[in-house]
Order: sequence, then C-alpha cells, then structure tokens
Amino acid sequence: MMKGPKKWRLFALMTALLVFLSGCGREEISTLIPAGKVAQDQFNLLILSSIVMLFVIVVVTIIYVLAIVKFRRSKVGEDMIPEQVEGSARLEFIWTAIPIVLLLILAVPTVYSTFDLADVTAMDAQDEDGAAENLTVNVTGKLYWWEFEYPEQEIITAQELVVPTGERVYFNLIAADVKHSFWIPSIGGKLDVNPENVNTFYLEFDKESSELEEGVYFGKCAELCGPSHALMDFKVKTLNREDFDAWVAAMQEEQAAPTETVAQEGQEIFEQSCIACHATNAAGAAPGVGPNLTTFGDRNTIAGFMEHDEETLKNWIADPQQYKPGNLMPDPEEINNGEPFSDQELDALAAYLMGLKVEE
Amino acid sequence: MSSNSQKKGFGATIWDYLTTVDHKKIAILYLISGGFFFLVGGVEAMLIRIQLMKAGNDFLSAGTYNEVLTMHGTTMIFLAAMPILLAFMNAVSPLQIGARDVAFPFLNSLGFWLFFFGGVFLNLSWFLGGAPDAGWTNYASLALASEGHGIDFYSLGLTISGFGTLIAGINFLVTIINMRAPGMTYMRMPLFTWTTFVASALILLAFPPLTVGIFFMVFDRLFGANFFDVTMGGNTIIWEHFFWIFGHPEVYILVLPAFGIFSEIFAIFSRKRLFGYTALVFATILIGFYGFMVWAHHMFTVGLGPTANAVFALATMIIAVPTGIKIFNWLLTIWGGSISFTVPMIYAVAFIPSFVAGGVTGVMQAIAPLDYQLHDSYFIVAHFHYVIVGGVVLAILAGTHLYWPKMFGTMLSEKLGKWTFWFFFIGFHLTFFIQHFLGLMGMPRRVYTFGADQGWDLFNAISSVGALFMAIGVIILLVNVVMTVAKNERVGNDPWGDGRTLEWAIPSPPPFYNFAQTPLVRGLDPYWIEKMEGNKEGMVYAEPLGDIHMPNGSFIPFVISLGMFIASFGAMYFMDDKAWALPVLIGGLAITFGSMLVRSLKDDLGFHVTKEELIADNERIQREARALEGGKKGGLK
Repeated sequence: MMKGPKKWRLFALMTALLVFLSGCGREEISTLIPAGKVAQDQFNLLILSSIVMLFVIVVVTIIYVLAIVKFRRSKVGEDMIPEQVEGSARLEFIWTAIPIVLLLILAVPTVYSTFDLADVTAMDAQDEDGAAENLTVNVTGKLYWWEFEYPEQEIITAQELVVPTGERVYFNLIAADVKHSFWIPSIGGKLDVNPENVNTFYLEFDKESSELEEGVYFGKCAELCGPSHALMDFKVKTLNREDFDAWVAAMQEEQAAPTETVAQEGQEIFEQSCIACHATNAAGAAPGVGPNLTTFGDRNTIAGFMEHDEETLKNWIADPQQYKPGNLMPDPEEINNGEPFSDQELDALAAYLMGLKVEE
Repeated sequence: MSSNSQKKGFGATIWDYLTTVDHKKIAILYLISGGFFFLVGGVEAMLIRIQLMKAGNDFLSAGTYNEVLTMHGTTMIFLAAMPILLAFMNAVSPLQIGARDVAFPFLNSLGFWLFFFGGVFLNLSWFLGGAPDAGWTNYASLALASEGHGIDFYSLGLTISGFGTLIAGINFLVTIINMRAPGMTYMRMPLFTWTTFVASALILLAFPPLTVGIFFMVFDRLFGANFFDVTMGGNTIIWEHFFWIFGHPEVYILVLPAFGIFSEIFAIFSRKRLFGYTALVFATILIGFYGFMVWAHHMFTVGLGPTANAVFALATMIIAVPTGIKIFNWLLTIWGGSISFTVPMIYAVAFIPSFVAGGVTGVMQAIAPLDYQLHDSYFIVAHFHYVIVGGVVLAILAGTHLYWPKMFGTMLSEKLGKWTFWFFFIGFHLTFFIQHFLGLMGMPRRVYTFGADQGWDLFNAISSVGALFMAIGVIILLVNVVMTVAKNERVGNDPWGDGRTLEWAIPSPPPFYNFAQTPLVRGLDPYWIEKMEGNKEGMVYAEPLGDIHMPNGSFIPFVISLGMFIASFGAMYFMDDKAWALPVLIGGLAITFGSMLVRSLKDDLGFHVTKEELIADNERIQREARALEGGKKGGLK
C-alpha cells in the first residue's frame, strides 16, 4: 500500500510532468495531454518506445562520437594505412540480437493494445429491458462537416459531438462522399472514415470539457479530402452522465419557436431558403444534406472553425465559398430567388440561428 | 571514333545527347533533368513553408495549396530523387563491375526519355488548367472527385515515366548479372553496385502494382470504368493497397542506393575496407525482401482489423534489425580508420544521426496503436523527411560531390561544398525536428492553414525558417556548380586519392568505351588491392588489347517517348469531346509503334573501335595525365 510521502512524491512527479507537458501544445488537442483511456494507452506506448529508442540513440551516439573524434586523419597521421578489417561474427551477432530483444519489448504491448483498442464486442450489448448498455454514435463525414447520429436516442446533431464522461462510447464511421478520417487527438487516435464500409471503434472521455479553456475538445479530419480539408474541424463537448441525459432529453423535445420579432422574421426566411438542407429539429430527424442546426446557438464555432458571433455568421451565410472553399452550401443567390440576402435578412437569420439552443 | 577528344559545336553536342546510348552521357542527362526537377520541387516546398509560416496565412489559396503539396511530393519522389539516383547508377555501376556499357544501351536511352517526357507532361499541368491535387498518394475517392485534368496529368505522366523507370530497373538487373568483369564475383561487387542491383529488383517487382493501379485510375476517369467508384460497387481501399504495395518498396528503391553511396564514402574516406561487407550485403537483400511485406503499415487506420494491423506491425519492426546492422557496420568501418573530412564524408557522417532519428520514429510508427495518433499528422511528415532528406537527399548531395569528378572531370569546390552542407544540414533539422512535436500536438498533415487558437504558431514559424536555410544551401550548391564548370580544372583518375573500386582506376571522365582492356578482378576493392601492391596502372587485365564492339547512337528512343507524350494529350482530352483528341491519340501511338517497328526491322550492328585507335587514344590519355601531374602535382594531396 502506498504511504503518505510516497503518494506525495508521485503527486509531485505528476505535477512536474503536467507542467512540462503543458509546454507541448493545448489541452484541447494535444496527444501529449491525454484525456481518455485510448489516448492514455497510446501515450504510454509513446513513452515506452521513446525510452527504448533513446537507448538506441545513446549507444549509436557514443560509438559515433568516439569514432569521429579518435580516428580523424589529422590525429592518426597523414600516411597511416589502417588495418583492413573484414568484420566480426561476434559483433554482428550482438547487434542483431540486442535489437531483436528491444523489439520484443515493444512487440508485446503493441499486439495487446492493437486487439484491446479494436475490441467492440460490447457495442451491441443490451440490458434486461432490451435497451443498449452503451452509447453508440454514428458519425458521417461529409464535405466538410460532421454529422453525429445517436441511433438509440433517435437524435441527430452536427459539428459538435456531445458525449458523457467516464464510460465507453462506441462509434460507427462512414463517409458520405470522399474519404475522411476522424480524430480527436487528446481523446484517442484516428480512424479512417471510408466511403465503402463502416469502421467501428470506441473512445473514453475522462474529463468534462467545461474545465478546458475553450470549453470543448478539438476534433480534426486527418485525411486530405479537398480544398477545405484543413477546415473540416469539429468540437467535442463532454458532460457528466447526468448533464448528458438532460441534454439528450432536451434534444428529444420539440424545440420552441422564437419569440422575438427579428428572430421570427429570420425563421420565415430560413423556412423559405434553408430548410431544404438544414433541419432544426434533432428528434427523429433524418440525416441531412446540410448540418442539423438544432444546437446552433449552443455551439462554439461557426462552420466548425470560426468565431461564434453574429457578424461572422452573417459573413458566412453571405459568401460561404470565401470561408470554406469547395463546400457544398449554396450561395444566397441560388436559394433566395437570385438575390443576395439583404443586411436586414442577414440580421434576421443570424438572430434566429443564434436562438436555436437546447442548453439554457 | 574517339569522340571524347574532339571539340564539338553546340548543335552537335545537343544532337549527341539526344541520340546517345552511352551510360555516362545518359547519367548526365538524368542528373541535369533530375536536378532541374529537384529545384522545381524545392520551390514548391518553399511555397508550402511560406504558407504555413503563420496562422491563417493567405499566401496560397486552399486549392492551390493542395496542388503544390501534391506536386512537391510527386516531383521529389518520381522526378528528382529517383532520376538523380539513376544518374549515379548509370555513371558508376557499369564502371564498378568493369563493363563497357549497360546490357541494353538502347533501352537505357529509352528509359531516360520516357522518364523525361513523363515528367514534362506532369509539370505541364500547371499551365494547362491546374495540377493534380489529391496528394502524391492520390487516394481514389478524392482523385475521382477532383475536377479538371490535374489527376489525369498525374496518372498519364506517371504511367509514362514509370515505364522508363521499369526499363531502367530491368536493364541494371541484366547488366549486373551478365556484364561483370572476370573475377568480379557477386561477393566482390562494390556495395553501391549491390544496392543498385537490389533496388533494380525492387523496381521490377514494385512498379507493376503502381502501373495497374494507375491504369485503373485512368480508365475510371477517362473511360468511365468503375474500379474505384463506390456507388457502382467499386472499392477505394484497393487503390490504397496497390499504391502502398508499390509505395513502400519505393522508399527502399530510394534509400538502398543512398546506402550504397554512403558505403562507398565510408570506405574511401576512412581508407578502410567496409566492416562486415557480407553482413552489409545480406542486410541490403533482407531490407529489399521485407520491403514487400509491410505495406499495410501505411494503412493502420484504414480499419483492416486488429489481426492485420498486428501482423504488419511486427513485420515492420523486423526491418529495424537489418537497418541497425548497416548502421553499426558503418560505424565500425570508420572505427580504426583514418577519417578525412571531405565534403562527401561530412555528408556521410551527418547521415548517420539523421537517419537513425528517422529510423527510430519509424519503429515508433510500427507500433500500430501508437500510429493511430501519429498517422497523417505532422509526426509522419517529420519522419519521412528524416528518412528521405536525411537519407536520400544527403546521399544525393554527397554523391554529387563524390562522383562529379568521375562524371565531368572537374572537382566541385570543397569550400563552397562545406557552406552548402552547413546551411542544408542545420536547415534540415530546424525544419523537420520540430514537426515531430507539431504532430504530437495534434496538427494533421496536408492542411493549408491552421487557426491561431491551436497552439502551433511558434513551431511552424521555426520550421519555415529552417526551410529558408535549406534553400540557401541549395543556392550555394548551384553557384558551386557554375563556378566549377567555368573554371574547368581537370583532374586525374583518382582525384580523392583513396579510391578503392574500379571506377577510380580509369580516367575522369572515362573514355566512351570505359576500359580499353577488360580488367581482371582479384578481390573486393580491386583498385585498392593493385595500389597496395604497387601496380602503377591500377589494374590487371583479363584480355589482350583488341578491337572493341560498341553500339551506335540512336534518335529512336526520343521519338518513341515523344509519341507517347503526344498520345497522352489525346487520351486526356478525349473525354472533353474535343474533335482533335482521337486523331492525336492515334497519331501519337502511331509514332511510338512506328518507331518501334523501324527499330525492329532495321539492323543496327554497331561499330568497332580498332586496336590502333585504342592505342592512339591511350597515348593521348597518358599525355594528358602527365600534363596534369606536371601542372599541379595530383588531385587532393
């Protein structure tokens, strides 16, 4: 059993490590600050392999430095003809055997972890009432946004993944168009989002994202998918189970209509121009052509990567290609009878969209 | 016919190079065109680093950035690194085995011109509606979705240049198997020839999968086939397999000849026979062999399942063993030697830590679960630049200095060479070391921009500064080349003073028939053996002086390649319903097959260099050598 001083030492060590690591990127996105079992396992493998590799580097460096210092021609003499050594079977054996041992040290956890991280057998487990024991999220990668469907809860959202902490969350991944790759660096490694087959894996989320500076973890598309690949970001909000259940319940409800006049005008425009692609109802909605906007007002970004304010939103609606080249959202002219949206219409739309919230 | 001594006009020189089948001149063609594409790829690299210099930069647009990153990778791999290595293979390995030329001189020329026209075709995309933009890996779903003709330029251009590379590979295999001088057994072959041999075998086996994949891609895009179209039952993962079954051996096609160059350098400039020659040879073969068994480690995140991932993870780790054997044998070669820090040797010495760094990160990525984090992040970008730049490009720069005298008869400036080295070497580590951490900090690769809120600003700025250093190094190298050519100070047979293999026993540059008499090889490092035994001629001969049969030059390889170049335009614009496309396609193919027919029907028996001409030529060579000795008392020493 651990005694007081030892615990204290461990704590100090962990703190020192944390301070050191905080120099290694942001908590929201760095693989060096793991915030879940999967990322932690991978981080441990990183540390283990770094130690083994550091050993190799040290050995090579020692021989290397000694060799180039001791045997310079200026030191051994201009006319010295070195002995023409053929080789040494013993040395060959040594530098074949030692690396094999080092690789075996790495191989065991590699194989174990490969199977462990791919273990999705519990995915379809049901309790006595026939309800799923684990949360499953169906992720669809589209040019250039992410759709998150919760099949058991029958809700759909986009761009911001909301998950409970402290439990295993399973993911089904598929691409609607070209190949993407789903990556939340601080939570766990990536898995490709292929157009032809569903890929499955799990992640665990240890910490509530409200404790983070930005309030969300950053998710990325990691596979080149076109001009706006770099902008195909998503965010991850982690809530404790209670808050998560509340969020799901709120999502499942019929959303209230806006009360302000500006927002009501916005809703009218929205229902003429935008609703063909964007749903504003999370419950029972079908996968959309465009992102589901039920939680738009709760989100932290516009289009996955821009400041979440009305000004940015209006610019975005007025000219989506300027901000996210190659995305499939039509220009206003195409959906507004050939006219760009007027400033007034944009104000109304922004007011309406910013009012779409399920969280208080 | 002793054409070496005659001064020719500019037009005649051009014609000579267009029609040459001489491996030494083809080497120069490869070096010049590969060098040109290296500069093009370098400019593209600089554009990338300028764009990523700061968060939210708008120097390049998103679409243009994807074109630049695609062309940077494609150009550097296919049009710069491979041709420059082929330049050294051509220039050196026939000499190292005591041959008068390669086995198929005509095919050698054809291989070059196919590569050249393929490369030109690919780069013309910049001016004809946009370059390919799906990455050098050209993953199928994105490639099929790509608009314009960029991807068609990629697939047709690489098809043509791929033919050229395949031909070159077959040629070297046959040459090394059949054309070794008496006494040059396999286990006496210099290591550069060994690595040329193994790399050629890899070319033979690795390029067909790429050709098949690209063939499918061409048919999908141009003729409406559905190999990769998911909605029609196609499968894009197949492309990834084809690509990496080629792509991983391709890494060894590049890095093995680089190992070969460094092996020569370590032995020469330590004045010591390679330590563990046998182990080095078998390690080379093993690396080539394993190279075909690990392609899926590029696909750990594709979702192949834990069994495949685990098997490929272990297979990948095994490659570290023969690579380690090589590193330690090199270290033991310089151990106990007499190290002279010439420019080639500085590169070789710098290569060891750089490549070890690239190697250990390779092992880290072999750990499949860890690779889920590293894959497609900047960690991978750092890793493969450590392998390709730290291994291959350093070897190319070292080889340029080492073999320049053998190829051109002059020496590059050592002083400027050291300046290049320091700028390039410091710049290289500055650029790429920090990218490991960018990857670990969550930065995906192939992003045209990044937000200021991601915490990647500083490291990207440092990386861009490093790229500037590398560019300065390359510019100094160019100045060096120009000054060396302008000065034109001739050097003797063995300008480094410590040459060990046959190429250093003959004049620089060698006469067009290489060896007036075929040498007799009495052991590993034949020239060193003769030197140590006091043989002033540097060689013993396997035959008396007699007439030599040599091939005639030919313009046909150029025309065959030109026909394919023309036909590609027809194929590409066929889908656009251009009326001229079909005639151009047929016309181009007619040129190609017509010239093949001419080649087949017309006997070209070559010519003989008579004994008298050889004696006269030899006297001239002796005279020039004496003048050189009198002039400045030998080369380096």
